[in-house]
Amino acid sequence: MAHVLLRHRDIPDINKLEVYKKNGGFAAFKNAVTKMKPNEVTDVVKNSGLRGRGGAGFPTGMKWSFIDNKNWPHYVVANADESEPGTFKDREIMESNPFQFLEGLAIASYAVGANAAYVYLRGEFWQVAAILDEKIAEMEEAGYLGKELFGTDYSLKIYTHLGAGAYICGEETALLESLEGKRGQPRVRPPFPPSYGLYGKPTIINNVETFTNVPMILEKGADWYKGLGTADSAGVKIFSLSGRVKKPGNYELPFGTTFRELIYTHGGGVVDDKKVKAIMPAGASSSLIVVEDEKVLDTQMDYATVRTIGGDLGSASVIVVDETISIDWIINKTMHFFRHESCGKCTTCREGTYWMSHLTERIHEGHGKPQDVDLLLNVAKQMQGKCLCALGEFSTMAVVTGIERFRKDFDKAVNA
Amino acid sequence: MSLAKTYPKEVKQILSKYPPEHKRSAVMPLLYLAQREEGYITKTAMQDIAKLLDITETDVAAIVGFYTLYHDEKAGKYRMQVCTDLPCALRGAEQFMDNLCSSLGIKVGETTPDGVVTLEAVTCLAACDKAPMFQTQGPDGIKYHENMTVDKTMELVAALKKSAGEVK
Repeated sequence: MAHVLLRHRDIPDINKLEVYKKNGGFAAFKNAVTKMKPNEVTDVVKNSGLRGRGGAGFPTGMKWSFIDNKNWPHYVVANADESEPGTFKDREIMESNPFQFLEGLAIASYAVGANAAYVYLRGEFWQVAAILDEKIAEMEEAGYLGKELFGTDYSLKIYTHLGAGAYICGEETALLESLEGKRGQPRVRPPFPPSYGLYGKPTIINNVETFTNVPMILEKGADWYKGLGTADSAGVKIFSLSGRVKKPGNYELPFGTTFRELIYTHGGGVVDDKKVKAIMPAGASSSLIVVEDEKVLDTQMDYATVRTIGGDLGSASVIVVDETISIDWIINKTMHFFRHESCGKCTTCREGTYWMSHLTERIHEGHGKPQDVDLLLNVAKQMQGKCLCALGEFSTMAVVTGIERFRKDFDKAVNA
Repeated sequence: MSLAKTYPKEVKQILSKYPPEHKRSAVMPLLYLAQREEGYITKTAMQDIAKLLDITETDVAAIVGFYTLYHDEKAGKYRMQVCTDLPCALRGAEQFMDNLCSSLGIKVGETTPDGVVTLEAVTCLAACDKAPMFQTQGPDGIKYHENMTVDKTMELVAALKKSAGEVK
């Protein structure tokens, strides 16, 4: 099947304006601005069943419809702060199929009445920002951005903004704080961004992959898109495959594809043909799924089905762990990450990630005490439901499921 | 150094991205600009930015301290930041880092005696499928180097040393 998102794999040079245009580019945006009312655009996206591809999976059209029309101006922000270990899909889109992403962002801006949109990129994406700046300038030159577009009274400017190396800025309210020139620390919610966002104004924030779906949905219709996935998970998804596989990379597949197909058919199987021991389906913030029973590999990857085997699909950043790896090492690595990235605003996360990291390091390095594993589990469980944002909450997922499902690896490390 | 005097065009361009009443948003791009020459943010630059944006020097310092890509101390001309996070580690990043230390003759956190390269370990850089990888942060911004070997890295180091020598 032809790609919907990674179209550069089918169409060479689609990152060039002329090629993008020749392949139908910007027709959806022009059609929306000249022939559709903003709420009609939102309705098409709502009917398509598109859900946010940043991880939370909130229905996109519904989010757009929440924009507060009593308070102006409105803003749209693209979340390009891709920092979750295991996730590397947005960068490929922005580098190789940038116009489709920018067109999706432009359509969203029209739908919610925003005249300014920002792309917030993680600071490390310096080269990607340069590419986008160049593409935005080309769009302005060609009349796809700027004042009075297509002879209407609708105007739009898109700006890029670089963060500076803080995972927490992927959290939407922390991202807004950062964009306002402050430390990237989450806001207490509610109010949510569609009513109180950038500069206190109504703001819609979506992930890069989410926006990239939009032009094709408008072009081919909501039913076409819905028909690509499963009942609760419409459309296609980019699965970022990493870890102990022979061919890691991004694979755009319909929802409902199995883990087995992703790992063996697309990923070429496990390095050295070892057995899969565990899967983290949503990056470092995932629950660890045990693969002792081979049937787990036949699980369909969609939002609902992955939940039935004790995990969440999230951003679909599938990390594969093979039988040679001890889970206490995996947990030690993830805790090092979360401890480093905790923004420090809420005590639960600041202290909790520190303690979990301290304990996992002690256990992994062979200095663990027999009671340390239970203590670690206890700290993680005490954190759950008490953090200000998802970072603290998700830092506990791998710890709890890792200990509950792979206890023997921890006991072995303690008794070594 | 005054940013507005040294880089008038860049400062104007940065400020134009944000509503005039919210010019504080420009603090992060201005910090990148200030960091360009020395590789770190000086106290004078922080004062300068604070004045430009009508915020306090403490506000600026809080940003510098919070984000990992801003530095308040001098290091090598190039920072070589190797990702050793989980997905990269599953593809041998830790061994790569050890071998790199041996080849460069320095430990993580140290700078080569000629002052060209500082070696650092960082968390995820969103290039998990192309490990071992690292980014270089230097006067010309940030660049990714993916699917690396120690030999390829040492060739890059030689090129960086040559370019640093020519700049001097």
